[in-house]
Amino acid sequence: MGDWLQWADRSVRGAIPVTITVMLVFAASLPWRLPAFVEVTPAFAVMAVFYWTIYRPERFPYVATFGIGVLQDLLAATPLGMTALVLLIVQGVVAPQRTFFRGKPFLVIWWGFSLVMPAVGLLSWIISSACFGALVPPLPIVVQVVLTLLLFPIFVVFFRPLGVLAAARPE
Amino acid sequence: MRVGRGRNLVLAVPGRVFAQRFGYAMLACAAITLMILSQAEPRLIEKLRVGVTDTVSPIFAFFSQPVTTIAGGFDELDGILSAHERNQSLEHDNAQLRKWQAVAEQLGYENDMFRRMLKVVPDQRARFVTARVIADSGGPFIQMVMVNAGQSHGVRKGQAVVNHDGLVGRVLEAGQHTARVLLLTDLNSRIPVVLEESRDRTILRGDNSPHPSLAFLATDARVKPGDRVVTSGEGGMFPPALDVGIVSAVDKDRATVQPFVVWERLDYVTVLDYVVPGVLPETRRAERAGSLR
Repeated sequence: MGDWLQWADRSVRGAIPVTITVMLVFAASLPWRLPAFVEVTPAFAVMAVFYWTIYRPERFPYVATFGIGVLQDLLAATPLGMTALVLLIVQGVVAPQRTFFRGKPFLVIWWGFSLVMPAVGLLSWIISSACFGALVPPLPIVVQVVLTLLLFPIFVVFFRPLGVLAAARPE
Repeated sequence: MRVGRGRNLVLAVPGRVFAQRFGYAMLACAAITLMILSQAEPRLIEKLRVGVTDTVSPIFAFFSQPVTTIAGGFDELDGILSAHERNQSLEHDNAQLRKWQAVAEQLGYENDMFRRMLKVVPDQRARFVTARVIADSGGPFIQMVMVNAGQSHGVRKGQAVVNHDGLVGRVLEAGQHTARVLLLTDLNSRIPVVLEESRDRTILRGDNSPHPSLAFLATDARVKPGDRVVTSGEGGMFPPALDVGIVSAVDKDRATVQPFVVWERLDYVTVLDYVVPGVLPETRRAERAGSLR
């Protein structure tokens, strides 16, 4: 019985990072009427994948990233596979740098994210333009990149306690 | 014993790393395959998307209500703060509108009389269904909303979508209980419109910005800021004379339009089921030729 409880406890905790990210993908699709949201919604999923790749990689397998990307593509009607590929690339690039980022002050993490986000914007712009067969106006994408960068610290405040909960053993 | 364990570890770690890398490569390939597939088989992907959308729509229907209410609260607050100002401007508008009402009634009678005299064939009445916006793709790549009415309510691909302000867009995909509406500001949106005053026909082309532009405007077109733009009904997809917007700026080679619809307040929309009234009437071509002269 005790073993079972422990297992359930660990499973629920372990599912936190992926669950939160899926919820964010859904939240991004809700009809928010805030003026800033009209044109662009921040790239919630990129923030989440970046954060969990550094702090809870064992709770965020590549398959989850792929699934989340496909889900977002289906919900937001972006070219299918685009977000999946972009998120996988973010994870693939950030994962080897994990040891560099771990334990560093937040400013360093933010700086790292500020390198990743423009690349995400550029890559998405190229892929979506190729898939739509027309140049997607870049300005809204730039706005999205900047907005996502500015909101990143707020999300980290929420992610941090969740990350502690999701840890394999208490830290 | 200890040595053995160490060896196992040394062997196991590269094995796991390899498996991980292999899995990663496979998933990346799968993503690329999906992209190619969505280009090659757009219908299949559309079916998939419609299926997923229909399945998750209860989630959106549930959560979108409070979100809209909260957002509406901000709007309300704004209304209270500027009540006095608004009141004054509304009183002014009211006085103006009363004058116009008298004019409109008179013109209405006159128009009815002329129609009877000329035996004009009336356009078919449109049936409609009103639906709530339950999701908003809101990305910089695509301008689209999801509404909670689908094929079971008579919504079909291609139908025009309006709200009380004017034209919103058209139905891009219709599932059983949900439909996706491509907003007229989207990059892929093309809507046949006409300048109400000069009767110049053109296409309203979206570019993902809040200000779509008029494409293929004739070089001698008389377009100026403030001109009203309405649907022309050409192509038979949309009913004619739906309010679209006002010409906001005219450059040398570009005219942009400010749509009437306030995108921040897009909550309920009406999907029009419009049946094409036969062939394009001859009178339209004559009209066009007349405006060119």
